[in-house]
Amino acid sequence: MKIVVCVKQIPDPADPGSLDPDTKTLKRDVKLIIDESDSYGVEMALQLVDAAGGGSVHLVSMVPNREVSGLRTALAMGADSATLISDEALAGSDALTTAKVLARAIERAEPDLVLAATESTDGYTGVVPAQVAELLGLPSVTFAKEVAVSGGTATVRRQTEAGYDLVECPLPALVSVTAGVVEPRYPSFRGIMAAKKKPVDQLGIADLGLEPGQVGWAGGGQEIVDVAAAPARESGEIVTDEGDAHERVVAFLDELKVL
Amino acid sequence: MALERIWVFGEAGADGGVATITLEILAKARTMADSVEVFCGSDGEGCAATLGDHGVTAVYATGPLDGALQGVSVASAVAAAIDSGAVAAPDAFMLGTTYDGRDVAARLSVKLDVPVLSNVVDLRLDGDQIAGVEPVFGGATNVTSRFTGDGPGIWLVRPKSFEPSPTGGPPAEVKALAVPDVGAAGGAVVRDRFAEESEGPKLDEAAVVVSGGRGLGGKDAYAMIERLARALGAAPGASRAIVDAGWVPYSYQVGQTGKVVKPTVYIACGISGATQHLVGMKGSKNIIAINKDSEAPIFSIADLGIVGDVHKVLPKLIEALEAR
Repeated sequence: MKIVVCVKQIPDPADPGSLDPDTKTLKRDVKLIIDESDSYGVEMALQLVDAAGGGSVHLVSMVPNREVSGLRTALAMGADSATLISDEALAGSDALTTAKVLARAIERAEPDLVLAATESTDGYTGVVPAQVAELLGLPSVTFAKEVAVSGGTATVRRQTEAGYDLVECPLPALVSVTAGVVEPRYPSFRGIMAAKKKPVDQLGIADLGLEPGQVGWAGGGQEIVDVAAAPARESGEIVTDEGDAHERVVAFLDELKVL
Repeated sequence: MALERIWVFGEAGADGGVATITLEILAKARTMADSVEVFCGSDGEGCAATLGDHGVTAVYATGPLDGALQGVSVASAVAAAIDSGAVAAPDAFMLGTTYDGRDVAARLSVKLDVPVLSNVVDLRLDGDQIAGVEPVFGGATNVTSRFTGDGPGIWLVRPKSFEPSPTGGPPAEVKALAVPDVGAAGGAVVRDRFAEESEGPKLDEAAVVVSGGRGLGGKDAYAMIERLARALGAAPGASRAIVDAGWVPYSYQVGQTGKVVKPTVYIACGISGATQHLVGMKGSKNIIAINKDSEAPIFSIADLGIVGDVHKVLPKLIEALEAR
């Protein structure tokens, strides 16, 4: 079974940096790491290939700046190879453009299954996976909390507001997985060493038949008109617990009349 | 200058009626356009009265989908109706940031080749153009965006951004929306639906929410959160960290990925206050935070902050509340 996993490389969420005052987008000149949300897709792919008794896990990622460190993390976990679409023209790409670029790269790999996170941690539009599926003419099951593959069919527990739906989907298909669906493994030392030799195919947009005007700022159909600080919420009373802080909480709840 | 027509995606709520998120969006859309219509992947008759009461003039309904997924079915039906000229394209599409809402928006954006703006918490009209506000950096910064191209843009609106407001209008006129053959893309089928019963109120409707985070130390300690929630008639919630760790299901998650909550009281226990979490709960009317680390960012937005160990504070708090 051949699985493609979409992987995004993002600034460390613990130190997300700031917006560029000129372009009004997130500054990405810091070191990028693998989006933790994508580590679940990578782990899921590795487990599904194991369960299928063989196959391969290929990563697809796009950045404007040739960054590969996040991909190396996923390769160290056990993925076999990667395609990185890296092109300065990609800067500022919106969700639909991102999906178009990823779809072209995924198509070349001819996968049985495409895995993605439900949304990235930084942009969090939550639409790219289903856009990729639509562009490739694939069925999709989003927000999966459990995935099994057998006999060319994926059986997925899909998160719903009330609980979950049991969905069956013939392959090839795209599945987006929620965080916590599996427990991502830590790369071993051996995995880290092996990852350095695994193939990372670097492509520009021209290699995918796209032109600069179709992607990035030029290709996006939206613009930012204003960036402003949200009204700040004042911090209130701070109490250090000396063994009786629960009484202050009860009194506060009493004041609010919620008891 | 108001727009002519806005289309809002109609979703069913857990009780089978119209989902609150749909009513929230309708309340706002109505202030921006002369006419607001709904499109939905279900039977239209059952919801026509409620939708009419919320100002909707027409509901375009596919009828029951028989296990086909909302995303591909509804998007294909809408695109086919517009492409064939059966229905004129609206000025804008608005959908909730929900599981099905995101699917429909994504597929529709590809079919119509128009962009999507996600996670909008406010909308306004600048002349005849819609501008939407999206919170970033945990809600510390608001980014306002608009579409630049031709054709209707697609807006994904976060729950609890607007208040539903009935108008007392007559039932909406039900119109048929035919789902075309979608080929392989329509291969996924729902075989069964399962409700996960949780005791007490729903997370996004509860007046009081008690959430736990990594500061609890381990999965077993989450029982304290559930017990405190029971004592308060509250819904239990969680930070992303402990959902990722597998302590509680994804449906418990409050935050950017997860539910947006705006209860009267939000009690954050052992939650440091990562931006990911804050964006989902900083609209709460009152926030109580209990955390060992006095430097935790959660204290900067808390009305009452307790610097202390949850393992010491919570048992006493539970005991005091259960004794009442």
